[in-house]
Amino acid sequence: MSLQTYPLVADWITARDGRLLIHTGKVDIGQRISTALIQIAHEELTLPWDRIDIAPVRTGHAPDEGITSGSNSIEQSGHALRCAAITLRDCLIKFAAEQSGGDIDDWVLSDGALRRDGTNLCIDLVDLTSDIAADTPIDENSVTAPRSVDALPRPEMRGLDDMVRGTFTYIHDLERPGMIHARLIRPPHAKATLLDIDAKKTGELEASGFSIIRDGSFLALAGPQEWPVVKAATRLASACHWSLDTGLPESDVFKDLTAAKAQSFLIVDAAPTDDPIPKPDPNVDHSARYERPYQMHGSLAPSAALAEWTGGILTVHSHSQGIYPLRDSIADSLGLAPDQVDITHVPGSGCYGHSGADDAAFETSLIAMALPDTPVMLKWTRDDEHAWEPYAPAMAVDLAAQVCDGKILAYSADVFSDTHRGRPRAGPNRAGPSRLLSNRFRSTPIGPISAQPNLGRHAGMHRNLDPVYTFSETRLVKNLVSGLPHRTSAMRCLGAAANIFALESFMDELAQSYSVPPVIFRKSHLGEPRALTVLTELDRKIAARPELPENHGRGIAYAQYKNQMTRVGVSVDLAVNDRAEIKLKHIIIVADAGRVIDAEGLSAQLEGGCLQAASWAIYEQVKWDRDGIQSRDWDSYPVIRFDNIPTIDVTILDRPNDPSVGAGEASPGPTIAAIANAVFDATGIRMRRMPFIPDAIMQVAAAN
Amino acid sequence: MILTLCINGETHRVTSDPDTPLIYVLRDELKLKGTKLGCGLEQCGACAVLVEGKVVLSCVSAVETFDGKEITTIEGIGDTSVGSRVQDAFVSMSAAQCGYCTAGLVVATTALLTSNPTPDKDSISQALTPHLCRCGSHPRVLRAVEQAANT
Repeated sequence: MSLQTYPLVADWITARDGRLLIHTGKVDIGQRISTALIQIAHEELTLPWDRIDIAPVRTGHAPDEGITSGSNSIEQSGHALRCAAITLRDCLIKFAAEQSGGDIDDWVLSDGALRRDGTNLCIDLVDLTSDIAADTPIDENSVTAPRSVDALPRPEMRGLDDMVRGTFTYIHDLERPGMIHARLIRPPHAKATLLDIDAKKTGELEASGFSIIRDGSFLALAGPQEWPVVKAATRLASACHWSLDTGLPESDVFKDLTAAKAQSFLIVDAAPTDDPIPKPDPNVDHSARYERPYQMHGSLAPSAALAEWTGGILTVHSHSQGIYPLRDSIADSLGLAPDQVDITHVPGSGCYGHSGADDAAFETSLIAMALPDTPVMLKWTRDDEHAWEPYAPAMAVDLAAQVCDGKILAYSADVFSDTHRGRPRAGPNRAGPSRLLSNRFRSTPIGPISAQPNLGRHAGMHRNLDPVYTFSETRLVKNLVSGLPHRTSAMRCLGAAANIFALESFMDELAQSYSVPPVIFRKSHLGEPRALTVLTELDRKIAARPELPENHGRGIAYAQYKNQMTRVGVSVDLAVNDRAEIKLKHIIIVADAGRVIDAEGLSAQLEGGCLQAASWAIYEQVKWDRDGIQSRDWDSYPVIRFDNIPTIDVTILDRPNDPSVGAGEASPGPTIAAIANAVFDATGIRMRRMPFIPDAIMQVAAAN
Repeated sequence: MILTLCINGETHRVTSDPDTPLIYVLRDELKLKGTKLGCGLEQCGACAVLVEGKVVLSCVSAVETFDGKEITTIEGIGDTSVGSRVQDAFVSMSAAQCGYCTAGLVVATTALLTSNPTPDKDSISQALTPHLCRCGSHPRVLRAVEQAANT
């Protein structure tokens, strides 16, 4: 996609001030994509890392690569950049030969300079880059030389040095002359509306120099210094009278995740179809339902944005993952032309999917439009982020199988979920504005709209619903359930987290029933050599582990993200103590991500995905009641901390001749399942609903 | 009311209201932006600074309680030999992803290794458990702490 839309070398690489500038539409959210892109340019062009920069990712300037999501950046931006760099290199060598003589083969590229054998001719690659034709097309069939992991130079992560010294600039750190700070006054919950505000108090606040911005039930306060704004916002909140309507629905969401309430689609070749859905075969040997509650991205930094409305242009700085779709959605919301909105990406903290970033950018825009010619910095509070970010939807997966001679013959999977596609992006029913949170609270509200089913391959809830294993017969059904209590959107892995948790727990249950070792059971349903190699290596690593003490358990799982990206085998050793608390001990990850670009970055993504998933599995669930969200801070929404961090042993298989594939979402799914399987190994208790908190473990134990 | 803070060896006279949490004075008045706000509830550790050598979460306590005290922020931590070693270890172990928790972790690790140069696993866990990392950099942070302790 990226290459087709941006087919020129100069779309991706330009030269400026003696340095190469990489242009990308993908943003760095802590996943080290910028380091990987610099490494790709370095590999192909030999230019030292410190002479390669990433251009600001800004609308109107950067390639429009949609959203930084789906672990696609390496295969989209990375592939395009590699082809551009190889084309550039070949052009430069040809150009050098034409300009300075000799055959192409006489010219050698090293350390960013072209040298002609047998002469002292040396041409700097960056200088020469400025001379090539601006319309040079990228050769899409560029061939790169294979490079083994061991031969890889290890680039230092971009920005790391500044991070450890406190000099890395996040969105929250931006300053502008005359900048004011803003805070929001949120409704008690999503169904509430603002009736009125005590005029005496608003008068006092305005007399003290604060601006109050109201549009329907959207309410904000702004002023020159940050802490006085925080305090004044609390005072303003106490002056508000809200209609609470019926409150939040308190029904059991898992009971609502049923076919009776869903739009259902038969999945064929990983994509939804209109084909008739066969009834489930009642004759099954094993069936089980697996569930994940609403969970949150829980960014460490609350969302923020900087915006200014001056001279008919709205300038926005945002940590959004998709600045172009956000630009169009903000423009549509405010009645502006897209080119009146200029968005630059500035890093926030890790987001792990669609956090509050886009909503904050729009809310800052609303405030900036009300206060022209003034730069406005809006920061969400911790409470805002916990209570108002779009959550990962609650999910349920019903699995059933017929087994003969220890082999699964027929396999049925029904997945139930609300939408994973809540990002602001142009579409029917003004889908862009409808998915910006505060539009629904304005005096002329836009949205919310009911979700349309995502019909893409391995998209949304049916990501990895298709088993990676070979079963002779499969029946796979996607069930989109609407009208559930909370706004939902994309979180790391989308449906793959629950689907892989389900399938890999189910495989373990079947392996147990037929007394087959779990690695052997999986291998007997896999034909693909690379999958088998991952499992063989995992088995070898496990065999080298000491025997487990009492109360300890070991579980494994395997998955290939979207059945086409990184293959990951995970083994988890853990203990379950007397209080039914899970203590993680040792985790082995074996991964095949094709050709490796940045080995440290790849390991960090695999480890990070594993620990985030461990947090989902062991701790995380959004709680609410009629009066609103109850999970409003890190005490009421606990997550993994340093007191439960296992040792993690990562093995990356060397695949120098295979295409590089994304890995940021490859390890979470199998980690959740491996934890569930290890809990079973330790206790005989099968956990089929996340999170595996002590109360839940005790309940399942009591029911056994 | 004017308060006097000694930050990273320099004396600052600050004019923020005395009830202002220290982090807002650091970031908004003094423009020392390395200290990060994550929760404002003393639950996540992103805002850690050293006060008289001890880790203090700066997001709640009012600035008036620090009048006349020696404060070290992430901007000054590298001036100490332990702090500089910790920073180097974090770099060499690639102990960050988004980096938002990093300043707090560097500060906490520096305090730990200053008071206990050879901490065991439990002491490290105890010192770092008040600090959240959502990216899952924990194993690398733990390796960085070990490296800094061993050099």
